[in-house]
Amino acid sequence: MIQVINLYKAFGNKKVLAGVNLEIKKGESMVVIGGSGSGKSVLIKHIIGLLKPDKGSIIIAGKDMAKLKGGDVDNLRKKFGMLFQGAALFDSLSVWENVGFALKQHTMLSDKEIRAVAGEKLKMVGLAGIEDMMPVDLSGGMRKRVGLARAIAMDPEILLYDEPTTGLDPIMADVINDLIIEMREKLKVTSVAITHDMVSAYKIADRIAMLYEGKIVEVGTPDEIKHTKNPLVKQFITGSAVGPIKVG
Amino acid sequence: MNWLEDIGLAVAHFIEEMGRIMVFFIETLLWLFRPPLYLRNIFKQMEEIGVNSVGVVIIMASFTGMVLALQSYTGFKRFNAESLVGTVVALSMTRELGPVLTGLIVAGRAGASMAAELGTMRVTEQIDALATMATNPIKYLAVPRVIAGFIMLPLLTIISNMLGIFGGYLVGVKVLDANPVVYMRRSFDYLEMNDVFSGLFKAAIFGLIIAVISCYKGFYAAGGAEGVGKATTGAVVISMMLILISDYFLTAILF
Ligand SMILES: Nc1ncnc2c1ncn2[C@@H]1O[C@H](COP(=O)(O)OP(=O)(O)OP(=O)(O)O)[C@@H](O)[C@H]1O
Ligand SMILES: [Mg+2]
Repeated sequence: MIQVINLYKAFGNKKVLAGVNLEIKKGESMVVIGGSGSGKSVLIKHIIGLLKPDKGSIIIAGKDMAKLKGGDVDNLRKKFGMLFQGAALFDSLSVWENVGFALKQHTMLSDKEIRAVAGEKLKMVGLAGIEDMMPVDLSGGMRKRVGLARAIAMDPEILLYDEPTTGLDPIMADVINDLIIEMREKLKVTSVAITHDMVSAYKIADRIAMLYEGKIVEVGTPDEIKHTKNPLVKQFITGSAVGPIKVG
Repeated sequence: MNWLEDIGLAVAHFIEEMGRIMVFFIETLLWLFRPPLYLRNIFKQMEEIGVNSVGVVIIMASFTGMVLALQSYTGFKRFNAESLVGTVVALSMTRELGPVLTGLIVAGRAGASMAAELGTMRVTEQIDALATMATNPIKYLAVPRVIAGFIMLPLLTIISNMLGIFGGYLVGVKVLDANPVVYMRRSFDYLEMNDVFSGLFKAAIFGLIIAVISCYKGFYAAGGAEGVGKATTGAVVISMMLILISDYFLTAILF
């Protein structure tokens, strides 16, 4: 479904991605782990075409996101839903207008129908009844969940989650984990999630990939990752300051 | 020779930035003629740029008209031409001060808030989020602002012109004891339609400049809150300079 092939990206002379290869199968839930600043968000932004690679391709449903232009990019993007790391809610729109934004742009539904769909999605993320609030009045965790509701509003085939559980309390984090699992089981979505939260990673992942120094250094099922011999991965999943990973 | 290098670099940056602004402008123009037209956004921006600027424009224009009357009276008295005060006020307001001062004030008010809003949307990834929902950010955000600037600046300038002339009239009649009927006649006898229209045309161009520069600065903001601050200042400074520079050339070429 998604194939990242030999992806390179540098900002100025700062090399962020240096030959990333990753394949995500249809219906699979892939979790990408890696240190802060390792380029996880940059990778996910390439998948949805917000960033153009210096080299390499991103094949989605047979099309290369890196080479498409204008309207073709938009058509491909309609398959996606994305949750941003900081939620990226539109400040000037109310919660239901945020959640229903893509419906308003790309369907003929009336405002009343959009509101109803938004209400349904909000209920799924545990936020029923906040349709008329403004994003500035929400807590960080609520913003994240509204962002998630917005990402699933169009019932996308592919979901990208940038740190879906960061900043949530453990119980709410687990609600989101269950929701991500439900999206995969019921709606058969293909998903890529970024996280630091290993509890969440083990729970939601079919496979886990670790990004380090611009490359994917290991891919495996949660079980394989737990019992890995790779010292880089071992250090990361046990959260140890001592090991081969250079800090800072 | 370090300062020469600095100047060279600054000029190169300036030219590069102007180039990028042109590209942004052309892109905006291309999107302008492609459906859909986001009417709701256009009306919202017309309110933001136009309606919300009426207050400052009224104060600016009436006092400008008043001081213009005082100043020209002092000057013209020296060769017994006091009776031309109304004419001078009307001509200067419609041809020059109405559009230019309105442009400068709107650049400071609406231009700044536009750049700050879009800059914040950029650094909080709201502009990226728009794109991921298959909505072109230039179409959705920049085009409505450019249309609104182009329409609202001439309308605000009409208000400026009327209040400027009225302010001049107040000072002329109440302070300088001119005959109200004569003052009014003098104001409008020498005023041609072309004076008014040339001013409004300039205003429309200023509106375009303010919106394009402010959107550009907002779209390319980077680096958190500090970056948004820089984008805002940059938008105001560049808009004001371009208004003054283009004012000269528009006046020289067209009229
Ligand atoms: N638009 C950009 N311009 C310049 N540099 C960028 C840009 N986007 C990201 N970077 C740089 O790329 C590197 C990777 O950033 P990225 O946001 O992908 O990290 P991350 O792995 O998501 O980290 P975190 O877990 O903290 O979110 C960082 O050093 C960042 O400064
Ligand atoms: Mg990140």
